[in-house]
Amino acid sequence: MLSIGYNRKLLSYPFIPIVLQGIKVACVRGDRELFKDINFSLGTGGLLQVRGPNGSGKTSLLRMMCGLSLPASGEICWDGVSIGTLNEEYFARTTYIGHLGGVKDDLTVTENLHISSAMSGSEISIDVANKALNTIGLGGREHLPVKVLSQGQRRRVALARLLVCNTTLWILDEPFVALDVAAVQLLREILERHLQQDGMVVMTTHQEIDINASSITQLQLS
Amino acid sequence: MHHRSLNCNYLDAMFLWIIKRDLLLAVRRRSDVLITLFFFVIVVSLFPLSVGPEMNLLRTMAPGVVWVAALLASMLSLNRMFSSDYQDGTLEQMLISPQSLPLLVLGKTLAHWLVTGLPLVLMSPVLGIQYDLPSDALFVLVISLLIGTPVLSLIGAIGAALTLGLRGGGVLVSLLVLPLYIPILIFGSGAVEANMAGVDFAAHLSLIGAFFFVSLVFAPWVTAWSLRVSLE
Repeated sequence: MLSIGYNRKLLSYPFIPIVLQGIKVACVRGDRELFKDINFSLGTGGLLQVRGPNGSGKTSLLRMMCGLSLPASGEICWDGVSIGTLNEEYFARTTYIGHLGGVKDDLTVTENLHISSAMSGSEISIDVANKALNTIGLGGREHLPVKVLSQGQRRRVALARLLVCNTTLWILDEPFVALDVAAVQLLREILERHLQQDGMVVMTTHQEIDINASSITQLQLS
Repeated sequence: MHHRSLNCNYLDAMFLWIIKRDLLLAVRRRSDVLITLFFFVIVVSLFPLSVGPEMNLLRTMAPGVVWVAALLASMLSLNRMFSSDYQDGTLEQMLISPQSLPLLVLGKTLAHWLVTGLPLVLMSPVLGIQYDLPSDALFVLVISLLIGTPVLSLIGAIGAALTLGLRGGGVLVSLLVLPLYIPILIFGSGAVEANMAGVDFAAHLSLIGAFFFVSLVFAPWVTAWSLRVSLE
């Protein structure tokens, strides 16, 4: 087990403790090795941008960080403990929004937000839900089934979860895809606020979007 | 741990949320539920039509036919148990939910039984009349289905989880699960036959009850594990 305590004396201030750390992580899909020996670390208030061409394993890496799949070798640690042993304790601190978003077509916008937040461990009141939906630009559409919404609006339904969750680590796979200019700006603000409040963000994106954060790390997959 | 203690109060709420959600989805997609029920009704009704009004023959075959039809009807709905959640990414969210996955799975299985198993149980006495079953045999038939169909959902969930995302998963799930259904079939129809033969049927029902409790304890864990493997 890694101790981060002893680093504290060596490093000069301002000191950012490492919370999420990947050590020599490798990923194998079928017979093909997507990547190996990937190291990364992320501290409080930090943003980790995972970059790389299509098929370089960005989504696979993000799924490993969520605990959905295991690295072929290496380890991903949270506060020095492997996330594989933490399980539910780790899940309670993370929010993952993947390509699919986890939005149900047959449920209304409000129902979706309610149920997905309940499932991720925080039940919310009607007021909180409505406020979040207004902020994300879905005001007036709360009672529409998601299947009648556009691609960008569905994406907003998934992203609305970020406004109501109280997790530390956000893992976002291509969060800016399908969003219009206003929504991109809004999401940027949401991410910056989260980072200012000592949250952490891991995301993949192809767009050049500047996000103000105390520490930004780029991870390039080839 | 802080959130562990918080979870204890929360577990029941989560269990109810998932049942509520699945029932709501079933209401929005009534056709899925009705297909299973109509399949059951039609298959059971075909036999009296083809065999003819031979009362003794019909009475003898009734328990077997109703039970086989119930097995096939429950097979029909198994595929949908996780596939829509898999396709829209909700299943991923369940897997990384801080709630206990076996409990979520149990909630989903219960919801699945409520929409596909329970209607069959309620419909079976009406169908049994077509076979000229005496009223006490109808009663035993309903009881045996009431204890037996939840086992079908519990065991079926394992098969559905294992074949998730595979091509031709529908056929594969039948091959995996049908052999496991055989004991339920034997004791389920056996209970009704025993009743009609004037023998005590309690032993048959106790055995189905035992299957129910064993699968209630183990199936959600195995299903949860299978889901993690399927989604890796």
